[in-house]
Amino acid sequence: MSNSRREFIKISTLGTAGVALGAKYLYSEVIGDAPLRFPASEGSLRTPTYCEVCFWQCAGWVYKNDSGEIQKITGNDDDPHCNGRFCPRGTGGVGMYHDEDRLKTPLIRTSERGKDTFREATWDEAFDYIAEKLKKIAAEQGPECVALFTHGSGGAHFGHLLKAFGSATISAPSFAQCRGPREVAFITTFGDIIYSPERTDIRDTRCLVLIGSHLGENMHNGQVQEMSDAIDKGATIITVDPRYSTAASKSKYWLPIKPATDIALLLAWINVLIENEWYDKEYVEKYTTGFEQLKAHVQPFTPEWAYGITTIDPNVIRETAREMRNASPAVIVHPGRHVTWYGDDTQRLRGVAILNALLGSWGRRGGFYNPEKMKLPDYPVPPFPKPNRMPQDAYQGKYRLANEVVSNGLCDATIPSVERECNIRAWIVNGTNLMAALPDQQKTIDAINALDLLVVVDTMPVEITGYADVVLPECTYLERYDMIRQSPHREPNIALRMPAARPKYNSKPAWWMAKQLAGKLGLEAWFPWNDLEEVLDWQLKQIGSSLDEMKRMGVKKFPRSYDDLYFAPGEEVTFNTNSGKIELYASDLEAEGFAPMPVYTPHEEPPEGFYRLNYGRAPVHTFSRTANNPNLTDLMDENTLWVNPKVAKLWGLKTGQYVKLKNQDGKVSTFAIKVRVTERIRWDSVYMVHGFGHNNPRLSRAHGRGVNDTELVTRVHVDPVMGGTGMRGNFVTFVTDEPTDGKEAGS
Amino acid sequence: MRYAMAIDTKKCVGCSDCVVACQTENNVPIGYCRDWVVEVTDGTYPQLEIEIRSERCNHCDNSPCVRCCPTGASHYEEGGVVLVTPHKCIGCGACIASCPYDARYSHPDGYVDKCTFCIHRIRKGEQPACVAVCPTKCMYFGDLDDPNSAVSKVLKKRKFKTLIPEAGTQPHVYYLI
Repeated sequence: MSNSRREFIKISTLGTAGVALGAKYLYSEVIGDAPLRFPASEGSLRTPTYCEVCFWQCAGWVYKNDSGEIQKITGNDDDPHCNGRFCPRGTGGVGMYHDEDRLKTPLIRTSERGKDTFREATWDEAFDYIAEKLKKIAAEQGPECVALFTHGSGGAHFGHLLKAFGSATISAPSFAQCRGPREVAFITTFGDIIYSPERTDIRDTRCLVLIGSHLGENMHNGQVQEMSDAIDKGATIITVDPRYSTAASKSKYWLPIKPATDIALLLAWINVLIENEWYDKEYVEKYTTGFEQLKAHVQPFTPEWAYGITTIDPNVIRETAREMRNASPAVIVHPGRHVTWYGDDTQRLRGVAILNALLGSWGRRGGFYNPEKMKLPDYPVPPFPKPNRMPQDAYQGKYRLANEVVSNGLCDATIPSVERECNIRAWIVNGTNLMAALPDQQKTIDAINALDLLVVVDTMPVEITGYADVVLPECTYLERYDMIRQSPHREPNIALRMPAARPKYNSKPAWWMAKQLAGKLGLEAWFPWNDLEEVLDWQLKQIGSSLDEMKRMGVKKFPRSYDDLYFAPGEEVTFNTNSGKIELYASDLEAEGFAPMPVYTPHEEPPEGFYRLNYGRAPVHTFSRTANNPNLTDLMDENTLWVNPKVAKLWGLKTGQYVKLKNQDGKVSTFAIKVRVTERIRWDSVYMVHGFGHNNPRLSRAHGRGVNDTELVTRVHVDPVMGGTGMRGNFVTFVTDEPTDGKEAGS
Repeated sequence: MRYAMAIDTKKCVGCSDCVVACQTENNVPIGYCRDWVVEVTDGTYPQLEIEIRSERCNHCDNSPCVRCCPTGASHYEEGGVVLVTPHKCIGCGACIASCPYDARYSHPDGYVDKCTFCIHRIRKGEQPACVAVCPTKCMYFGDLDDPNSAVSKVLKKRKFKTLIPEAGTQPHVYYLI
C-alpha cells in the first residue's frame, strides 16, 4: 500500500500533552521527597452502580481513595452489558462527579428566556413556583398539556409524577431523533423491536454487515466487545459507509457508498439473493409472507442498476451477498442505532429487515436472539388517572405507526396553531440537552417561547438550562439511587445503582424532587414511601432478592423462563404482525398508505461548493452530555472537520486551520472548527463528531470548542411513517478568514 | 521472569479506554498520561488502511532511561519492569530526552513519571488496569518465561513487531499485526 499520503495523528492529544507539558514543568522546583501518588485503595469499600454516561447502562463498582473521594469506576464481572469492562466514558464517569461547573443550587429565571439570567432559590421556592404554574395549566387546559422530555434515569421518577398528575405526554428524543425507524421497520416485518442493548448475536456471528453504523467509534460497550470476539473468530465484516470508519478498517469489505443511496444497495442485495436462490428457502417458506410480491418488486434492481446510483462495483455487491449467504443464518445485517438520516429511514430499515428475513437470521444463533427481561413488580400505588388526551393526539393523526412518542411532534404541538384545540404549555426536561438533540433549533426556540413553564433538571448547565424558568440541579448518578435496571438480554438480569458519595453542593436526586413536587401538587398518594430505598427493597423482595443482597452483588442474573433464546429447528412460530408471519410485504405500511416494500428515491445532492454534513460519535463522548467532563475533555476537547484532501486543496485548507461553516440556508456556525484533512472521507461530504460547539460560558471547558452540528441542521426531512427527523440532508461550505472561491482556488 | 505486553492492532478500535483507566487507577493528574493511542492512516480513498496502537513505556531490556539516570531513580524491578523512585528523582529530565518512545513526562510534583505495568496490581495477581478495562480485549499481559501465559501464547500464534527496533532498546511491548 502506498505511503504517499500518510497521516500520523495521536488520537489522544494527551500523548503530545505529556511531552509538551512535561517540558514546561521540567525546570520547576525540584522536590526532594515528592509525595507518592497512591493508586486507588482496593481495600476501601466499593459500591455498586450502573453507568449514566450513556444509555448502555453498564453495571460497575465505584471505589474511593483514602480520603473518601470517588477515584475510579470499574466494570462488574457479572454484568452482561460490560462483562467487567467499562468503556472510556464509563471509566471517565468520575469526571461527572468532580466537574466544578456542575449545577449547584436551584435557579429561577429573572429575565427574558435564552438570556441565562437567574437568581439562586431554595428548593421550596422552586417547587412552589413550578407547582403553581402546573396547577394553573391543569385547571385551564388539562394536565395533558404538561410534557416530559427525558433521556436519563431521572425520567422514571418525573414520569411517575406526570402520570399521577394526569398526563401521559412523555417523550424521549432517543426515538424520533435516533432509533425509531428501525423499531418501526422491525415491528412491521417481525412484529418485535430490536431493544437496547440490541438483540444482535454478534458474539456468534459469521458475517456482520454494518450500514453507516460505526461500532468502535460509537462505544456501545457490549456490541464492541462482541465485534472484537467475532474478529477473533474470523467473522467476515462488511461495512457500508462513505467514510473510512474504524469499523471499515476492521472489515474484509468496505463499500465506500455514495451518501444517501443505501436503499439502492439493499434492493440490489435482495435482488441477488433472490435471483441466485441464495436465500434460506425453508425459513422463507415457513415463516414469511409476501415473497412472490418481493421477488417481482426487486426484479429490476440488479447490481448493475445499483452501480450507477451507489458507485459500488456490481461484482462487489454480488460477492458480499454471497458472503452473507455463506454465513447464513449466522449473519447480521445490523439495524444500526442512530438511523434518522434522510426521511425515508423506516423504508431503508425495512430493506435491512427483509435481508435478515431472507437470510433466516432472525431467531437464529449468530443472527438475532430472543432477549428476556427480569420484570420487577411496581410498588403498589393507586391507579393513575386516565388522561383525556393522549400524546399521539398532539400530532393529529400523523405517525400512526410510531410505537413511542414523537418528541418533535410534541415540540410542534407546543407552538399555538388554529388547528389545535390546545397546545402544550409546560415542559419538564430531564437529562437531555434539547438544543443539541432536536434539529431545527429555531423551531425549538419558538416552541419554548410559547411555553408557560420550562423546568430543566440536569447535572450540568447545558444550553437548554439557559431557556429554563426553573433549573433543578440533579446530583450525578454516583450520588443517588435510581430504579433497578431491568434490561433485556440473553440472561435476564437486574442491576442496582446506589450512592457512592453524598450529593455535592445543593444537588438532589430526581426521585426526591418528584416526591417533593408531588407533595406540592397534592399527589402524595402516589408517593407513599419515605425514600427510594424503601421502594427498591420492596420490589427486590418480591423476586426473592433484597436491597442488602444487591448492595453486595450489584448485578443479579436469573434463569430464563423458557429455553427460547433461538428458534428450535422446525419450530412453529407466530409473529406479532397482522398475518402472524414475517411480513416481507408490510400490510401495516400499506394500510397507512405507505409503500409496502422499500423503494429507492433519489435525495438532493450538495449544490456546487457545498458538502453533505455527516456527523457521528467519538468513543470518549456521549452526545453533548460529556463535553465538559474534565477526564474526557482531556482526551478530546473539540471536534474536527474531516475534509478530503482534494477538497482541501480546492479551498486551500490545511490541517489544524479553523473555519466556520455555512449551510444551504445561510446559517453560519457560532464557532469555528479545526480542519482535519484526511483520505478517510469522500470528496462530496464532510464529517464531524456530534456534541461540541457549546455556547454556554458556564461550561468552562466546552464553551466555544468546535462546532455544534445541530445548529447547521436547519432542514429536517421528517419520516412520514413514524415522525423521525432525517438530519443528513444538510450541506455546508467553508467560511474562511480570507474568503476564497472554492472553484477558482483550485485552478 | 520477564513481563511483557502484546497489543492486537487488528482488534484495537482506538477508544482510549486504556488511557482513562490508567489515569484513574494511578492518579495521573489531568493533562498528563502514561499511555496514549496512535492512529496511522495509509493510502488514498478508497484504498486505505489504518493501524491503531495503544502505546506506553516499553519496559526495555536495554533502557536508555535507566542508563542515563544520574541518581538511580530509574531502575529495573522484578520481571524487567522499569520504574522511577519518586523521592530519588531530581527531575533533571535526562530520561525524558533519552527515551525514543516519548513514554515519560514530568509530574507536576517534581519527579518523572511513566507506566509501571501497574506493578501494584501485578503483585496482587491482577492485570494492569489498561489490560483489565480494554473493551476489545486487544491487550495481553504476562510472563514471557512462562509458555502458558497469555502473552507467550499469543506471540507464538501471531505475527508481531516492536516499535523503533533500530534503537536497540529491546522493548517488551509487542504489536500484533
